This record gives sequence, C-alpha cells and structure tokens, in this order.
Amino acid sequence: MSENVDTTQAPRKIGPPISRVSRLLESKQLGWVALAGALLAPFVTATPYALNVMTTAAIFVMLASGLNIVVGYCGLLDLGYVAFMAVGAYTAGILSKSFQLPLIFTIPAVLVLTVLAGLIIGGPTLRLRSDYLAIVTLGFGEITRITANNLTVTGGPSGIFGIPGLLKIGSVDVEDPAVLYYVTVLVVAVFVLASARLGKSRLGRAWRFVREDEDAAEAMGIHTYKVKLLAYIFGAIWGGLGGVLFAAHLSAVSPQSFIFLQSALVLMAVVLGGMGNMRGVVIGALVISLVPELLRDLGAHRYLFFGLLLVVVMVFRPQGLWPSRGYEPERPAGGTGDGEPGGGQSR
Amino acid sequence: MTAILEVKDLQVAFGGVKAVDGLTFSAHEREIIAVIGPNGAGKTSAFNCITGFYKPTSGSVLINGVDTTGKRPADIAAAGVSRTFQNLRLFPDLTVLDNVRAGMHLYGGQNWADAIFHTPRFRRSEAMYTEQAHHWLDFVGFQGARGVPVRNLSYGQQKRVEIARALARKAVLLLLDEPAAGLNYSEKQQLLELCRRIRDLGTAIVLIEHDMGLVMELSERIVVMNFGREIAAGAPAEVKANPAVIEAYLGKDDEAVATNGDA
Repeated sequence: MSENVDTTQAPRKIGPPISRVSRLLESKQLGWVALAGALLAPFVTATPYALNVMTTAAIFVMLASGLNIVVGYCGLLDLGYVAFMAVGAYTAGILSKSFQLPLIFTIPAVLVLTVLAGLIIGGPTLRLRSDYLAIVTLGFGEITRITANNLTVTGGPSGIFGIPGLLKIGSVDVEDPAVLYYVTVLVVAVFVLASARLGKSRLGRAWRFVREDEDAAEAMGIHTYKVKLLAYIFGAIWGGLGGVLFAAHLSAVSPQSFIFLQSALVLMAVVLGGMGNMRGVVIGALVISLVPELLRDLGAHRYLFFGLLLVVVMVFRPQGLWPSRGYEPERPAGGTGDGEPGGGQSR
Repeated sequence: MTAILEVKDLQVAFGGVKAVDGLTFSAHEREIIAVIGPNGAGKTSAFNCITGFYKPTSGSVLINGVDTTGKRPADIAAAGVSRTFQNLRLFPDLTVLDNVRAGMHLYGGQNWADAIFHTPRFRRSEAMYTEQAHHWLDFVGFQGARGVPVRNLSYGQQKRVEIARALARKAVLLLLDEPAAGLNYSEKQQLLELCRRIRDLGTAIVLIEHDMGLVMELSERIVVMNFGREIAAGAPAEVKANPAVIEAYLGKDDEAVATNGDA
C-alpha cells in the first residue's frame, strides 16, 4: 500500500511521548503541581505590587481558558470576548453596590445575564463563518464598551467605584489582597479544570469536529449551530465570572478596562499558548500577563520588546508554545477483539 | 415492507441548470443500490439532496416513511442516514479513534455536566465510545495506529476510517459516494466483501460508483442517471443491455441516432 502521507501540512510529532520531560509534561499530576506553585507564590514575594500582578494574572488565565473553548476547541474566531467580561463585571458591580451585597451573591444574576449576552451575540452571528464572524464579534465588543460608556446606570466614562468585596465571613475579609489572591487562584483552578474536562468529552469532541469540518460534523448528526452556540455560552460564563473576579480585585469597573486591546491580548494568550490545549493556554496567559511586568525596568520600551518577543515566538513556534499533541493511547494488546468474523483480515 | 429510502420526483436546480431533474427510486432493508452515470450526471447532487446539504427544488425524500425533505443534515442523520463523501471529509488533525467517535455523537449517553464532574455515567460513556470505535475499525479491517491524527494515514486507510465513521452512526441507510475511487484491485475486492457484511447488518446501501465490475457484482439494482434524469433502472443484467445506458456511456452511433432520437 502506498504511503500517501500529506506532506503539505506542518509536520507534527506523533506517537507516545518518549523523553522523560515530555512524559512529565503530559502527566496528569502536572495540574496539581501548577496549583501548588500558584498557592506557594505569595511565600516568595507578597508585596502589594506582586499580589496585584499575580491576581491579575490569575484572572487573565480564567479569561484565556474561557476563550479557549470558543477559539481553541470550536474554532470560532471571537475578537470581542471582553464583552462578556464587561457584562459580568458591570452586572456584579451595579447589583452589589446598589444593594450593598457582597459580590458573591450577584453570581446567579451574572450567570443569567452572561448566558443571555452569549445568546444575543451568538444567536445571529454564529450563522456566519470565519472572517465574517471575527468582524461581527469585534463590533459587538465595541458596542458593549460604548454602551457602558454612555449609560447612567453604568456610571458613564468614570464607571462604578467602591464595589463591596467578594465576601466577608467574621474576621476573614476577602477584600484583603492575599485572601483575594487565594480565592481567585482556587476559583480559576476549578474553571481551568472544568474547561479542560469539557474539551475531552462528547461535547468537546463535537466542538473539534465543527472546527475541523463543519459539513462532515453535520453529516454525522451534530447540530453544528447548537454546538457552536453552546461553545459561545460556556465562553460567556467563563468571561462573566472572570469579570466578577476583576470587579472584586479592583473594586471598580470602568469602560477603559474593556477596550479592544484586552480582547486581543486574551486571544493572543490562546494563540501563543497553543489553541485547544488547556495547559498551553494557561502558560500563554501567564506569559502575556506577566512578561510586561517583568520587563518593567525597560520603561517606555517594554511593549516594544514584548511585541518583538511575541513575533519571535510565533515565527519559531507558529502552532503555539504548547499545542495539543493529537495523540491518544493505542488499544492495549489483546483488546476487545469482538470484531465480526473476517473483520480483522489481513491485507 | 416500507422502503428505508424513498426518493420521489426529486429536482434540484442551480439557477437555470437542473442538476437533478425528476429522480425517483427507493431502497429497502438489506439492499444494495448503485447509482451510476457519466460525470456531471447529478449523482452527487442527488446524494446531497437526500442528506440535506442541498435543498431540493421540488420532490420529496422519505426515510423510513418519515418525510425529511429540506431538513438540516443533522436532523436527517438523526433520522437514520449516514454517508461518506466523494473526496474524503475526515477531521484531519484528530485521531483515528476520535474520527470514528464522531459517528457516535447521537447516542453518547453523557452531557456537559457529566463531563465537568466526571460522573460514573461519563466514564461508562467514554469507555463505550472507545470500545465501539475499536469495534468499527476492526469491522472495516483497519490496521495500523489508531491513536494518531488521520492526516498521517495513507489514502486507503483514510477511506476505511471514513466508512468506519459512517458505520458508527448505526444508520439504517448508508450512502457511499465513490467508495472504490483510488483503490487497487485487492482493496476493491475487500470493499466488495465489506459492503456485503454491512448489508448483512440490516443496512440499506446506496452507492455511487464508476467501477462497473464492482457495481455489476455488488448491486441488486442499478439506477442510471444522465443530465439529471434517470434513464434506466433495474437489475445489473437489464441495465447492461439497455440501449439508453450504452448510449450515455459510449455515445450515439449513426444508426442509433436514426432509430432512437430522443433518449
């Protein structure tokens, strides 16, 4: 039989991980190691500045893991993802401030409104494909920001200030930076895990089928529109809850936080990390949120260096820092073997 | 016995071009029907109508007695139709097993909450997916690595994976669009034997094929199309002897023009 391997595509590593390093990188325990690292980080440095940066980074991981569902798994290029974060942050901010409630009690309302936002934005736009979808989502992102900028209930250009903290139990106040950091890390860890698990399920596979070939997916009985809408809704929930954490972190929400650049940065985290691979996306989000801070010594030039770094990475690793492997274990020897008689005949 | 597939007076037009112009045929359980005809005869257009990728201009398609005319491809697939494509339409970056799992989407037995919480139901469902995927790959006689992206496989292997994916749908009707294209003699013999085993599962098969040897040997009935129209139908021997068919394939000679002006 001839070997008609398609060589026009970038060669990929296939087969089981061979080296010890890649075995370690693919191991299931790695998530726990990363969580432990995040929990121990404040013991290394716990200045208010460091805690601020780390909390921001954790929220950014949350956003990237949400956008990974939409862009990475389902292949829907969304350039206005920050709209969902805005909906979450404003809903939480407005409700908690007007009723003087801790932010945590606004979560049901946030969920309802972000899902609604997902349906409103996704409903009409998901009939479009690729480039058209990107442009329309870009528009929706800007519409959301400009609406927030002009409404009185959102506080106009100056936004909302003095938002109550996430929760206060006895003497433990979640407004305390260190406590807030730990709460954020734990919440984000749960959602990163959930996003990764979704990716390896029936629904997650359906998303990938849609990304790879919509018509073939449809022929297999996958209702592509519903599946894409579900990706949007899950992305919206992740974004909205990221917005709640954001409101809790800054205790203020203003339209300047939801500019297009923010959407672009989250998208960059997903692309840089490796679309569709949750571990890569977490790394990408950490790089995008932490490297500009590490480059702070360079002063005004830091974004120039940051941009150069990104270009270099994309030139040498166009598939992202850590793409998904496209590999799964073979059937163990002497497997089911219940094929029909003659089913396993030799060639 | 009601027919599994009933196509009645199906018409599709693209602008002024009538790709399919009044096609009528049916397929029953455990039956292999071949649709043949020269290139551009409208065979694939007819397939695309039956599976919902094109909306018919008029006519109707019934699957197991249920009218599916003009429905979404996914709904028609749910009604019991599965297909392969003329040019392979696999999911190139996904593993062989994942590609076959695509066919099982409709009977997964898990939802997103099961996936997030890894419930026992999720584990059972995933185990079922993997076992069934292996089963169908064995059924089509696929040999080779199954945990690698399908883009790394040879063409013949990819064809088998596509059939395995279509079978995993467990449909009552299987549409194969040129399954033998690009296969060598021994692979064609294996395909012949595979089609018979699929029929023995109780599935009706409708296939488009250019390889006449295969078609004559395999099919119980043949539908011949030309210029969107059905020009002949019947058992292989009848079709073979039909002057209209010979004309469509070989062209008219002077004598035929004189005696048989309008086919």
